[in-house]
Amino acid sequence: MNLMKDRLLLIIFACVVLAAPLIFAPTGAAYPDLLQRFAIYGIFAIGFNILFGLTGYLSFGHAAFLGVGSYSAVWMFKLLSMNIVPALLLSIVIAGVFSLLIGYISLRRSGIYFSILTLALAQMCYNLAYSVLTPLTNGETGLQLRLDDPRILDAAGDAGSLPSTNFFGLEMKEVFWNPTIFGYDLQFNWGYYVCALLLILSFWISIRIFRSPFGLILRAVKTNQTRLNYTGINSRPYTLAAFVISGMFAGLAGGLLATMDPLAGAERMQWTVGGEVVLMVVLGGMGTLSGPVLGAVFIKYFENIFSKINDGVLHGWFAIMPEWIENAMVLIVSPFVGKGWHLTLGALFMIVVIFLPGGLVEGAQKIGAKLSGANKRAAKVGIE
Amino acid sequence: MGILEVQNVNKRFGGLQALNNVNLSVTEGSVHALIGPNGAGKSTFLNCLIGKLKPDTGSVMFDGKPVLGKKPHEINQLGVSRVFQTPEIFSDLTVFENVMIPCFAHRDGAFKVNAFARVLRDKEIRQQAEHMLEDMGMKDKMNAHAGSLSRGDKRRLEMAMCLVQEPKLLLLDEPTAGMARADTNNTIDLLKHIGETRNITKVIIEHDMHVVFSLATTISVLAQGTIIAEGLPEEIKGHPKVREAYLGEAEV
Amino acid sequence: MDAILLQVLNGIDKGSAYALIALGLTLIFGTLGVVNFAHGALFMIGAFVAVTVGKILDISKVTLDPVRVDFLGNPAKIKTPYVTEWFGEFGFWMIEWSVLVSVIVAIPVMVLIGIILERGLIKHFYDRPHADQILVTFGLAIVLQEVIKAVFGANPIPQSAPELLKGSLDFGVMIGMAENTVIYPLWRLVYFCFSDLIIGGVFAFLRFTTFGMVVRAGMADRETVGLLGINIDKRFTIMFGVAAAVAGLAGVMYTPINPPNYHMGMDFLVLSFVVVVVGGMGSLPGAVAAGFLLGILESFASMPLIKDAIAAIGLPSIDQIIIYLVAVIVLLVRPRGLMGKAGMMED
Repeated sequence: MNLMKDRLLLIIFACVVLAAPLIFAPTGAAYPDLLQRFAIYGIFAIGFNILFGLTGYLSFGHAAFLGVGSYSAVWMFKLLSMNIVPALLLSIVIAGVFSLLIGYISLRRSGIYFSILTLALAQMCYNLAYSVLTPLTNGETGLQLRLDDPRILDAAGDAGSLPSTNFFGLEMKEVFWNPTIFGYDLQFNWGYYVCALLLILSFWISIRIFRSPFGLILRAVKTNQTRLNYTGINSRPYTLAAFVISGMFAGLAGGLLATMDPLAGAERMQWTVGGEVVLMVVLGGMGTLSGPVLGAVFIKYFENIFSKINDGVLHGWFAIMPEWIENAMVLIVSPFVGKGWHLTLGALFMIVVIFLPGGLVEGAQKIGAKLSGANKRAAKVGIE
Repeated sequence: MGILEVQNVNKRFGGLQALNNVNLSVTEGSVHALIGPNGAGKSTFLNCLIGKLKPDTGSVMFDGKPVLGKKPHEINQLGVSRVFQTPEIFSDLTVFENVMIPCFAHRDGAFKVNAFARVLRDKEIRQQAEHMLEDMGMKDKMNAHAGSLSRGDKRRLEMAMCLVQEPKLLLLDEPTAGMARADTNNTIDLLKHIGETRNITKVIIEHDMHVVFSLATTISVLAQGTIIAEGLPEEIKGHPKVREAYLGEAEV
Repeated sequence: MDAILLQVLNGIDKGSAYALIALGLTLIFGTLGVVNFAHGALFMIGAFVAVTVGKILDISKVTLDPVRVDFLGNPAKIKTPYVTEWFGEFGFWMIEWSVLVSVIVAIPVMVLIGIILERGLIKHFYDRPHADQILVTFGLAIVLQEVIKAVFGANPIPQSAPELLKGSLDFGVMIGMAENTVIYPLWRLVYFCFSDLIIGGVFAFLRFTTFGMVVRAGMADRETVGLLGINIDKRFTIMFGVAAAVAGLAGVMYTPINPPNYHMGMDFLVLSFVVVVVGGMGSLPGAVAAGFLLGILESFASMPLIKDAIAAIGLPSIDQIIIYLVAVIVLLVRPRGLMGKAGMMED
């Protein structure tokens, strides 16, 4: 029965993701660049949830793996080929190696100490990228493509301009279908669909991990590590495996960011970026399957759409009211939108942490359960 | 040669000699109770057995293998399970999941990445867990949240989690501490039931004389870090040293 | 010799800031068991208290000059700060020494902010998992930072030190060296002395007052102190206020060194955590010692001489990461930190 629920969830998820250019059209978010970010940060959050949601180990250092993934991908574009497959593979592998190293050190401790350690180590990676590793990262300028890059496999194709990333010839940026549906001008591009397929794959992997003995033991780590150890299970390699898996997801996300725009900078490794994925997972619902993706979409939507609301737009909103109310409303609302959207995000995040530890998914379930009353079991589909 | 052999174990905390040359031999199949007044060193001794503390000197052999210096999960994998004073269970998981985890530990060892197997498709594990819950009379609570169980049921669940691993030795650390008389009697019945159906060696650390004399086949008395007497329950009851050190403070 | 002295001096002002923030973090962790991710934000708020005080003191009455004209031919405007009009000479003194005024203002303001935060928010998280405490203080840090950004804007706002303390000190001459070998900005020296004063004050408060003794007893064994019928919670709340004030004062005094901006708190936060961890979680002397140590170490690693020496043996320059490197090594070799209690961080 559980199996059926999971299949249903996966199918619904896949449909929504594949139809996203249409679904998001009314919200103004259906342009390829933003949709791609939704998918990429969704992958990042899904990976992070495998560590944080299951084991409860709160890492503030996952930005490091995102950055490492981007650097690896760009190097692959420079040295080998503009095909994204080798680039993404290298991103995952290198991020995996990095997370093994950082995880090995920081998992010697648990709880708050673990969080602080990951924070320090990630910040160290960030500073390394700026200083010691400049030959690899190109320091503050960031790593970029150049015309004289070797690109062993496909350098011949460059004709005086920088090549773009592709998936066996399908250019990531290319819009392959540009219909007008329901009055909306839609754009379907390859880049989004590559990310979308990887997102669905990630979601499927996350379902499998959640339902596996491995996932069960990770959840046991969160609830009672003492008992787990006295049950004959060595929790350290389990948590390390979860850490590495989530690091590899972050690496994949970083690589995908580089396929959108083949440059990589150290600012992607700053710990506040790692804090952002924490926000996504907590906001959406830690430990739930669909929560992290929801959180990622939510925050990226905010970042790109909410931040563009300026006073002019606000005046438009409140135009029906008497002028003094209109002005007052604009005055009240404006600190929270536009450039101030971070404030809304921070406040919302605090509200969720304080009142809704299960995130938006739990909130939706609570509301759903209240509406449907008796049928409580059905409301749990998402979480179990 | 007993299944558990403790020789000359010493442990100091600063100026306090918590354990002073403790020797203990537990025969296979017996129910060995370790009793003693407060502060006698019972908990310290137990913690030395399960790898939480490292004694200063001495040796602990279980089933012919040295135990000292091993981590808790390694000791468990040798066949030692432990019941805690307050039940340690996975309170965020369901009862069924609680019992399945030790099954996995027993079959797959201390670490195995099986991230793509499905828990619910694992017939062997499911059956083991279901049988155990049935045996413990908890099958109807299978899908309940472990954290929502009553205290007695939590204890029962913890026992189930230990027993499903088919341990060679079960350590019980004051299994009835803080329980009402009725719950205590239930626990005694449960332990008796376990004794009838399985041949597991047990070491019980206990305060309650009623529990000790209902269950134990052998009793060792620990006082001020030393074993002052050992024998059958009847012998211990009449032992003058024991009366002096211990029974003075509790009624038998 | 002079170079070494110079680096030590260069290290101590940053070290002082680390020490002060780490001290506050440790006070909160030791008393309430909470890792306060918003502590950097308190440092930042302190700095903006100074900015606010500076702005308030600068509110001026504008009059038109009867004689002079500006370049457009209009009568020139004369700004007379109200404080000078009200208090005369003392008003000018207040503007000149606005940092000092800010210190006086910051103490009650920061204590109050600390107490409000603890009672209003953090109190409700004692029974929640540690991860939740980190999350809520992290969220709080974002909110505080964004509020400051909304009010004061995103650009750094330079603050000046009093004229008297603006110059540099030829430290070398004072200890019998040649002139101009060890030049040290005066304000940094002030900062160092000030932080020593605060650190000394906090330690004295904990050691010599009854209140402090109770707090220390509570840090060691909360339950027992509670059983004695002492309301330890109230005292811990006040300690949260004290910790906030320490961070705030560190921020106020730091404004002439570095123009405050809204994200300065986050920048300092990570390093302060590293300091706390190196010093030993929960150890107050450890936090202070590690603060100075890491500050000085950082300054040494950026010294040209040392950089050359490191480059000579074929290693890349490590001044950017030395602190983290030390932290990782300390944690691997001695998990409890330099002065931490046994058992701390070892599980």
